[in-house]
Amino acid sequence: MAEGAKILVVDDDDAIRKFLRISLTASGHTVIEARTGEQALGKAATERPAIVILDLGLPDLDGREVVRRLRDWFAGPILILSVRADEAEKVAALDAGADDYVVKPFGIQELLARLRVLLRARAGTAEAAPVLHIGDLTIDIAARTVTLAGRPVALTRKEFDLLVMLARHAGKVLTQRQLLTAIWGEAHVNDTQYLRVYVGQLRAKLADDPAQPRFIRTEPGIGYRLLWPESGL
Amino acid sequence: MADDERRPDPDALLAEVGRAGRGRLKLFLGAAPGVGKTYEMLRAAQDAKTDGVDVVVGLVETHGRRETEALLVGLEAIPRRLVSYRGRMLPEMDLDAILERRPALVLVDELAHTNVPGERHAKRWQDVEELLAAGIDVHTTLNVQHLDSLNDVVERIAGIKVRETLPDKVVETADEIEVIDVTPEVLQKRLREGKVYVPEQAARAITRFFSRGNLTALREMALRVAAERVDRDMIDYMRSHAVASAWPARDRLLVCLTAGAAERLVRTGKRMADRSRAPWIVLAIGDGETTDPSIERALLLAEQLGAETEQLAVARSAPQAILDYARRRNVSRIVVAAEKGVRLFRPRLHEGLIAGGDSFEITVLGSGADSAAPVQPVAVEAFSPRAYLLGAFYVGLAMPFGLLVDHTLPLANLSLVFLAPVLAIGAAGRVPAAVFTSILAFIAYNYFFTEPRLTLSVIHPWQVLTLAFFLVFSLVVGILGARLNAQVAAMRVAERHTRALYEFTRKALSATSDYDMAWTVVSQVRSSVPVETVLLTPDASGRLVVFAGSPPIDEIDPGSAAAADWAWRQGQRAGWSTDTLPSSGWLFIPLVARERTLGVLGLRGEDGREPLRAADRRLLDTLVDQAALILERARMIAEAAEAQRYSQTEKLRTALLSSVSHDLRTPLVSIIGAVSTLEALGGDMSERDRAELLKTVAAEAGRLNRFIQNLLDMTRLGYGALAVRREWLDLGDIVAAARERLKGRLDGITVAVQIAPEVAMVEADPTLLEQALVNLLDNAARFSPPGEAVSVSAERRGNRLVLAVSDHGPGVPPDRRDRVFDLFWRAENADRQSAGTGLGLAIVRGFVEAMGGRVTVGERDGGGARFEINLPQPAMPVLSPEPFDG
Repeated sequence: MAEGAKILVVDDDDAIRKFLRISLTASGHTVIEARTGEQALGKAATERPAIVILDLGLPDLDGREVVRRLRDWFAGPILILSVRADEAEKVAALDAGADDYVVKPFGIQELLARLRVLLRARAGTAEAAPVLHIGDLTIDIAARTVTLAGRPVALTRKEFDLLVMLARHAGKVLTQRQLLTAIWGEAHVNDTQYLRVYVGQLRAKLADDPAQPRFIRTEPGIGYRLLWPESGL
Repeated sequence: MADDERRPDPDALLAEVGRAGRGRLKLFLGAAPGVGKTYEMLRAAQDAKTDGVDVVVGLVETHGRRETEALLVGLEAIPRRLVSYRGRMLPEMDLDAILERRPALVLVDELAHTNVPGERHAKRWQDVEELLAAGIDVHTTLNVQHLDSLNDVVERIAGIKVRETLPDKVVETADEIEVIDVTPEVLQKRLREGKVYVPEQAARAITRFFSRGNLTALREMALRVAAERVDRDMIDYMRSHAVASAWPARDRLLVCLTAGAAERLVRTGKRMADRSRAPWIVLAIGDGETTDPSIERALLLAEQLGAETEQLAVARSAPQAILDYARRRNVSRIVVAAEKGVRLFRPRLHEGLIAGGDSFEITVLGSGADSAAPVQPVAVEAFSPRAYLLGAFYVGLAMPFGLLVDHTLPLANLSLVFLAPVLAIGAAGRVPAAVFTSILAFIAYNYFFTEPRLTLSVIHPWQVLTLAFFLVFSLVVGILGARLNAQVAAMRVAERHTRALYEFTRKALSATSDYDMAWTVVSQVRSSVPVETVLLTPDASGRLVVFAGSPPIDEIDPGSAAAADWAWRQGQRAGWSTDTLPSSGWLFIPLVARERTLGVLGLRGEDGREPLRAADRRLLDTLVDQAALILERARMIAEAAEAQRYSQTEKLRTALLSSVSHDLRTPLVSIIGAVSTLEALGGDMSERDRAELLKTVAAEAGRLNRFIQNLLDMTRLGYGALAVRREWLDLGDIVAAARERLKGRLDGITVAVQIAPEVAMVEADPTLLEQALVNLLDNAARFSPPGEAVSVSAERRGNRLVLAVSDHGPGVPPDRRDRVFDLFWRAENADRQSAGTGLGLAIVRGFVEAMGGRVTVGERDGGGARFEINLPQPAMPVLSPEPFDG
């Protein structure tokens, strides 16, 4: 178990906060609670948590609004909890700066795995590393080479950029908008067909099966996630 | 222009397209009975059968001729239907059986036959129309004398008035015509040999009919009809294929109807229009109010013969108005009957037309009355004793003035005094009364004021001249006045029509509901045309029912209903005065807008079967168009409302779904989360944490259960399956039971209960009251801040129980107090609200209202919400004191 972090849990339902408090505490984390968006913003400022778990359906503020206002000064990871089927809301929160999401109801293992990914990513290890290892996949960023189980994989420039982007955020979901902006630029945020084509090519070259992905998982309606075996994702 | 002419004529193309899917009509046309039409038709049918065509005999009259009967062998025949008429059973063609059998070709003899009254159609040709419309080919027979437009010619030639006629358009639309032609000699021979069917009673007439001259004429007519048909086919072909040709720009024929020769004018017009293939207009001239019955009949006939009919509301004898109309309508030829007699102050109609219509070709029919319609003198004006009395009164009034003038002025001025009454009566348009007054005035003048006084003797010739002047003045002024009156009357009629239409439109536009509009339609039609009016529209099951009536009529007799139904389905007029089910007292007019029949307007004369006047019929046409537009508007409004209702229902459904899924899932989040925590981390946890988690699971499962109970209750309310059981109960028990059910939920919340002694026992449904209280307490617990008390209080106010639940929560803002009890009112807040609030209060309201009470929310003294259940209570039953034992 990773060493404990200070976690702010924002949910208006008492029962949910209670079980989260117990489970997260049992996992070695410190938990602070908030019932409303305003309370969350206040607690985040005063308690300086490492990570925020935020329910999208708050009585006072729009979830996206809370994310936007947190992001003005809060650099830590934000994990969204949502019961909504509405993907647009989730995508909006992710685009506004949230890092990942969990759909209610969820098992505690799933939540803890997400937390681990987010805490690790924020530790800065993946961001700066010149060589990334994801299972038997090795990406040498400086040399711009990729090997799969020791054999080199020939990638085009954009395919390589896409893979690096996903790998730097391994285990985390990246929205289509984030990927398109980073690799193709602002002008192409709506050209989701680029993504489909390149992800398809990448999967083919990595011998990945979309139905049972080993590397790239599609989050329907939201984006893509590079699976990270160590974190359980 | 040349380009225009060469373009395929859209009408012609449309006509061709319209034929698609329609059956083909073949006509076996003969000059007289006995030429062998039926025989030829059967022979053709046998040929068709040999070719594999599915041919059946709808109806064939063999009249016992053996050769003809022999040809029936091997052909399938649809059995005739026996129809009872005046105690006799008459065999008629079974139209429905044929429609059901759906052959490719059906044989129907004697197209001009008139059906037994009460049948669906008055005439057999209409049955045939229906067969054709159903896509069945029809072979039929016809003698030329039955054609409407030749009717009077035949009558003149043969001296027989043919009663069974059919419109020329039937023949014109026939796809094929075969003339069965034999020479008159052969026909006469057949008659002598008894091979021609002759009914007993007509034997003498028939012999005359079969004279050589007659037969020759009839034969020529039959051949001419066929020849014209060939000609027309060619022209139609040329038009629809845009073959440039040298036919002239279409000119129009105008027939001016005058009483006495109206029908003859129409038939002549039809023949002239046919010959020149020109459209024709039949114009009835009148003041718009009164129309001669013969002109009414002639207008109907003209419509049947395909003319456009028009009523020109002008003062009598207005050649100029007719010529203006003719110019406006691009008329090139005018047909008019010669006006008989001498007109004093105006030219006779035909003379006026000839004098002023230099650019027109004017045909004047010689005088001669319609044989069918004897000349009826048109009453110029009704006899009015009032005008005569008034004249006498005026003359009496002139007497004192006369005396005054007599003493002051010379005698000559006196005549002017007596002229005044004459002019007064004349100006009113009363010619005879004016003449009467002039004579009276002269007598008074002569008797009292001329020498010798008090005698009527005339000694000076100038006195005779005075009388002559009086008479001339009375006539001139009277006629001018009458004309003026007529014009005023015509303008009044026009104004009345305009106003009726304006009123109609204005009222219809201000009507808001379907029924308002329907009522506007019937009442406006009734006030514009003096008829009883009903509006029929289809009900939910598609059955045509009376929607509105003026005077209020709820139902129409079954026979009329059948006519209405036919009008509805066929989009054509039916019932009285039409050819379909004319035995009904009602005339049914379909209301068609944008090619959709929206309803049927039914009209019935106030006093039985009084026909509509021509002016009314025209006004009616306009009203019907308006009514259709109004109904169309009503339908569109209804559709818009329906769409809006649907979208609201859709919104509610979405809100319900989102709310239900939220309320069901929120407890599950805690349960799954807690259980998975226990599973994964249970070993590392303290005993206290484990117990906490298990308690969460239990509490959330209870919440889920309450929510499901609410859903079920809501369903019970929604389906109205709530049976209220009133009984006397102890209110304390109910409060205790509710608290017991909320055990766990109310942990940490103090509940203060205060029940006044006079409501210790209340009459209510225990289950419903308990659930209402549970939901109110649940709601209070949700909003009550920790550590604050929730209070339950009960007291009696008058004859009502007031049960209140108050909390120290945020309260309900006044503008939301009505809405908190609405089902899923937090729809717009989506799932931002605490779980479970969507149903609870709605159920409280439902249950309390089911018990005859009401529930309100107000503000608690000192902040927070106060929910009040208000239940009516009967007086406590008084228990008779129980006698002590022993």
